[in-house]
Amino acid sequence: MSVVSLADVAPHHVAPGRGGGGPASTRIVVAYGFWIFLLSDIILFAGLFAAYAVLSGNAAGGPTGRELFDLRTAFIETMCLLVSSYTAGLGILSIEKQRPDLFYVFAGLTFLLGAAFLFIEISEFAGMIREGAGPSKSGFLSAFFTLVGTHGAHVTAGLLWLVYMTAQVFVKGLRSHVRQRLLCFSLFWHALDIVWVGVFTLVYLMGGR
Amino acid sequence: MLGRLNWDAIPFHEPIALVAGGGAVLGVLGVLALITFMGWWPYLWKEWLTSVDHKRIGVMYTFLALIMLLRGFADAIMMRSQQAIAVGGSEGYLPPDHFNQIFSAHGTIMIFFVAMPFVVGLMNFVVPLQLGVRDVAFPVLNSVSFWLTASGALLINASLVIGNFSRTGWLAYPPLSELAFSPDVGVDYYLWSLQISGVGTLLAGINMVTTILKLRAPGMIYFRMPVFCWTALASNMLIIAAFPILTATLAMLALDRYLGMHFFTNEAGGNQMMYVNLIWAWGHPEVYILVLPVFGVFSEVIATFSGKMLFGYRSMVLATLAICVLSFMVWLHHFFTMGASADVNAFFGVMSMVIAVPTGVKVFNWLFTLFHGRVRFTTPVLFSIGFMVTFVIGGMTGVLLAVPPVDFVLHNSVFLIAHFHNVIIGGVLFGLLAGYNYWFPKAFGFTLDERWGKASFWCWIIGFYLAFMPLYVLGLQGMTRRLQHINNPEWQPMLLVAEAGAIIIMFGIGCQIMQLAVSIMTRASRRDLTGDPWDGRTLEWATASPPPAYNFAVMPQVDDVDAFWEMKRQRDVDEVPPVYETIEMPRNSPTGVVAAFFAVVTGFALIWHIWWAVILGLLGAAAVLVVFGWSENREFEIEAAEVARLEQTRPGLGRAA
Repeated sequence: MSVVSLADVAPHHVAPGRGGGGPASTRIVVAYGFWIFLLSDIILFAGLFAAYAVLSGNAAGGPTGRELFDLRTAFIETMCLLVSSYTAGLGILSIEKQRPDLFYVFAGLTFLLGAAFLFIEISEFAGMIREGAGPSKSGFLSAFFTLVGTHGAHVTAGLLWLVYMTAQVFVKGLRSHVRQRLLCFSLFWHALDIVWVGVFTLVYLMGGR
Repeated sequence: MLGRLNWDAIPFHEPIALVAGGGAVLGVLGVLALITFMGWWPYLWKEWLTSVDHKRIGVMYTFLALIMLLRGFADAIMMRSQQAIAVGGSEGYLPPDHFNQIFSAHGTIMIFFVAMPFVVGLMNFVVPLQLGVRDVAFPVLNSVSFWLTASGALLINASLVIGNFSRTGWLAYPPLSELAFSPDVGVDYYLWSLQISGVGTLLAGINMVTTILKLRAPGMIYFRMPVFCWTALASNMLIIAAFPILTATLAMLALDRYLGMHFFTNEAGGNQMMYVNLIWAWGHPEVYILVLPVFGVFSEVIATFSGKMLFGYRSMVLATLAICVLSFMVWLHHFFTMGASADVNAFFGVMSMVIAVPTGVKVFNWLFTLFHGRVRFTTPVLFSIGFMVTFVIGGMTGVLLAVPPVDFVLHNSVFLIAHFHNVIIGGVLFGLLAGYNYWFPKAFGFTLDERWGKASFWCWIIGFYLAFMPLYVLGLQGMTRRLQHINNPEWQPMLLVAEAGAIIIMFGIGCQIMQLAVSIMTRASRRDLTGDPWDGRTLEWATASPPPAYNFAVMPQVDDVDAFWEMKRQRDVDEVPPVYETIEMPRNSPTGVVAAFFAVVTGFALIWHIWWAVILGLLGAAAVLVVFGWSENREFEIEAAEVARLEQTRPGLGRAA
């Protein structure tokens, strides 16, 4: 048995971790690029959060968060989304184990939980608009509907993406590029969780009491 | 059916607008007719429109920027002429409504559709070559980015003919830009052309950062990356961190205008200063997004033409990254007059002065690189030296403006106009023109004419000083910006000098057009057969000019900062015949063009409230995503034998004999 020197493994005599190993593989490049996209998306939300923080007190004589928000439904909503992240994670694990049957189950659960979240959000919005507390009522409500609505739009896009990816798994099987895209989807779905934790804290917990 | 669109949208009653718009339409139709008549469409479609080659895309970005430079400059000289004439009793030739559109369009176009595509174009073309790789991380996304930028440019030019453009300045401050005060389509043109091109820029930034951090030739550790790649990295990180803020801010303004929300309105709890803060939280980093890459250009140009390694490579990198971070901590200096407390103003004033320190480090590094170098005074070097002198002046007036009490006096005066043109023309534009002259032979295989190039430099720099130094004086005398009419006749002489400067700049642009024409006509005698016309130091010069689609037949091995310089020195020592391998290349894709088509439909329909077309455009865009998301086999392979054959039949073989 011979001793393998570092030079045999890393042919270019460059210490590891300094980035001299040549171009990365497609799998790494795609995931890396998607991470950066997610960062930019989180900055977009940061802008909306900042706007909400500035305008949250500007009810302009209209209803305030304390009158409008129901912490119980917001909590149920939150649980739906958090659990859907868990099932999405299980879906990815079943992909890793080459179990498409399990993947369909978890994808279905993720979809249902995500749809439930959206349903609750839309009914909350509809209720507020019915009561005359629509987005054009005050600066506070503009910021609220935009921040929460942008998150909801992301969830909607995520659900459509999930359906689309399930179709790809169904038609193409678990090929490497399908797995890559599913991994990106799961990153996206988890990122929406992180944003929602911010929304739940800043908007509902701090504004609802 | 057509929303707000009707025949009144065509400016039949405004002769100047009609001539400008009609001329533009005729020009475009003429070019399209020529292409059709010559049967160039298949070539254009296959080789350019659907190309995902980073070099082609870089060239198209630059072409877009140069065309838009002509439009932006036409606006500039119209403004200068109006201000030179409309003094005292004279009203000038531009009515206020038209004048306001012109200064808004000038700023918007020059920043978003000249400086940005020019910078992004240079990075697109050069960075993968300098990194020694075959393409960017996401080639199709790259094409989408370019075509979205082009879509934005198309929409902003459409406002010339159909409807009108915004009259609210290049940043569209509310409440003036709100529906109550700008009810027509002008601000909507502004919003949607910037949103569409902004998304393109963001995607380009993601692509470029991934490329630089994940795709480099073997051996290129971070501290062996060329300085231009470092500055491109910093600039694109800023794009990723700043452009989403712009998108969010413009989206909020759009929601105010389209859905009656109250983010920035006067009533119902809106807060217009929030817009100003948010837009500058994007806007100040944007300044560095533009200027950092050109700092990289100067570094490359000065090192190459001094025949020396860049002085202080590491300090250059650190200064770049310091600027990258600090650029997010100075935004409030754009509006000291907002009424923040003295402490807040003092903090931002001090930070603005602090950011001058790393910039100063860079200037000294360039000077020490020139010092004791064998400097060849080519056109790019002239632009670089012109930059160093001019930019330092602009930087110092910037530090003056960073003193809050001084700013209270000079805020919104033409002193400010002089300052930022001083850094944007003397910095960004000179750098872009230096880069254009420097890398042109790499892109097209022949050098640009030096005589016309030098003539253009002298026109630009003399014209610049004549056009903008008077504005410093006028600003100190109290002249505010954006005046359609000047009622102080004592200011007229200075304004006439400024007008003369603008005319000399026009000659500079003329010289550049001549330079291009002359160079193309005499290209047979100015071919670059070596791939290394300037005795360069970095990897882009290690391949042929123009490079083959795959850039490098054999991926280079990097052992030093100036990788190619080292290769040239060691060539005689260890010359080994190249071993070719199969190369995987991305396939051309119409995704970008088709996506851009639907983006234009959606944007135009949103501007004119044609709701069915909005839905159609969005569905089309979604369909593009669905189709692209299903695709696989986005690459094709070039066999090793084919690579060998291509390499042997090429006229120039990179490494000069």
